[in-house]
Amino acid sequence: MEAITDFVSAIVLLLNFIVVPGLSYGSQLALGALGITLVFGILRFANFAHGDTMAFGTMMTILVTWWLQSKGINLGPLPTALLALPLGIAATILLLVMTDRTVYRYYRHSKAVPVTFMIASMGVMFMTNGIVRFVIGPNDQRFLDGERFIVHARNFKSMTGLSEGLSIKVSQGLTIVVAIILVALLFWFLQKTRTGKAMRAYSDNEDLALLSGVDPDRVVLVTWIITAILATIAGTLYGLDKSFKPFTYLQLLLPMFAAAIVGGIGNPIGAIVGGYVIAFSEVMVTYAYKKVFVYLLPQSLEPQGLLQLLSTDYKFAVSFVILVLVLLVRPTGILKGKVL
Amino acid sequence: MSFLSGENMVGGYGGADILKGCSIDVNEGEIAVIVGPNGAGKSTAMRALLGMLDLKQGSVQFRGKDISSLSPQDRIAEGIAFVPQTSNVFTSMTVFENLEMGAFLRNDDISETLEQIYELFPILAEKKDQLAGELSGGQRQQVAVGRALMSQPAVLMLDEPTAGVSPIVMDELFDRILEVRQTGVAILMVEQNARQALDIADRGFVLVIGENRHTDTGAALLADPEVRRSFLGG
Repeated sequence: MEAITDFVSAIVLLLNFIVVPGLSYGSQLALGALGITLVFGILRFANFAHGDTMAFGTMMTILVTWWLQSKGINLGPLPTALLALPLGIAATILLLVMTDRTVYRYYRHSKAVPVTFMIASMGVMFMTNGIVRFVIGPNDQRFLDGERFIVHARNFKSMTGLSEGLSIKVSQGLTIVVAIILVALLFWFLQKTRTGKAMRAYSDNEDLALLSGVDPDRVVLVTWIITAILATIAGTLYGLDKSFKPFTYLQLLLPMFAAAIVGGIGNPIGAIVGGYVIAFSEVMVTYAYKKVFVYLLPQSLEPQGLLQLLSTDYKFAVSFVILVLVLLVRPTGILKGKVL
Repeated sequence: MSFLSGENMVGGYGGADILKGCSIDVNEGEIAVIVGPNGAGKSTAMRALLGMLDLKQGSVQFRGKDISSLSPQDRIAEGIAFVPQTSNVFTSMTVFENLEMGAFLRNDDISETLEQIYELFPILAEKKDQLAGELSGGQRQQVAVGRALMSQPAVLMLDEPTAGVSPIVMDELFDRILEVRQTGVAILMVEQNARQALDIADRGFVLVIGENRHTDTGAALLADPEVRRSFLGG
């Protein structure tokens, strides 16, 4: 009997510290990587400004959230930020369309090479980053309100009688649900609608799409709109789950790019697969497994150390290593994307 | 007055002129073929008709209207369809979606045209849910021609439709092209396989270094000893 309880406790530990955080972090990365992969597929450049686009969208959402909170408007158990999202998205769409008009369109019309676009996107990245720091400051901002937990560790323990608790935060549950809905909508849009098909055609073969009468300006505009929606939602979910700090969003660029490339850049399904691969790898190699083995092994074999493969300080190295490995073994990514 | 005609076209892709005053025209229900040695400007002449390069001289007329200043997109909207030699299908999309993209500018019901295409190329009906990138070369060419026909064009331009396909597939493609002509579409083709192409052509244009060398009916060109000696290998 005790063996079974121990085994269940070990499973709960893994669920609590690996599966739940991995799923929610993976969903956040997947949404971010989707934005990167869309811009790469349609506009054909690596958009380094994407992390800061997320920061900008989140900042706008936070500002609206604060305003709503000051008016006493809230969503009860759900975070008020959800109510603020549409305005945050609208502001981000405006930002992206304006940067396209003022920066990228010029290079597109002069048929610049992708590297030029990439460097230009770095400029946009610094500019957006500057705006965000200027408006909201470089510090941590908390904007989560409403209920904190769907499943509370303490309640879980008293309910099951186990010594290990499982906790699922509202922000985590929300992240996973919103990501599923958003991805389903995106795929429906790309597969079924006229504009979505035009975007896929344009991404597949630009010349032939033009020969079929696809309007490139419209495709580009829609791409930026979708990118803004994805970036704002991904950023806000990440901010609710962890906290909002402009610099963290810049750092997210690496795991998001890794996710997009690992999955196969330009391929939306690849971005999602890549997001979870990166997130789970990060969580799994930085978790200390000592307690799990204490439950599973007989007392005589109890491990001495923490059984942590890598300190959490090095978590960014994980995405980098996976990126290098995939590029060496399978340059097109797990699912076939474009060759970089 | 021809249906679609380029008159005295001069121009290139920015560097030296590739076309040095060549004229091409095609009428409804007619197959016109452009042949000639490598580097003669065959494909360039066709691209000039579509507006893919800036002409220094000459003009392009379509249905009695000067379309020289229209962009390729606008010319397509006017009813000219073009099948490039390479990368002429959306490889990551299904055969059906490829055909659908061909009808992108149409707002009416496309099911009837779709039926006609499936009748013309039965293999496409069979493989309609397969990705175009997974098809063989000959099948891809059929998708490419099918995509172009979906827009119900008045003029169909084909850039070496038989490049890289087996002789059997080539014969079949030419048969299909003859069937398309029956529907009244004007067909303009650039072909490497000059003999077979002239065989089905109503008219042929032999280009040499950007200029018209011979222009006549397909049969007459095939019978012309000079054309035979210089361009058809005897």
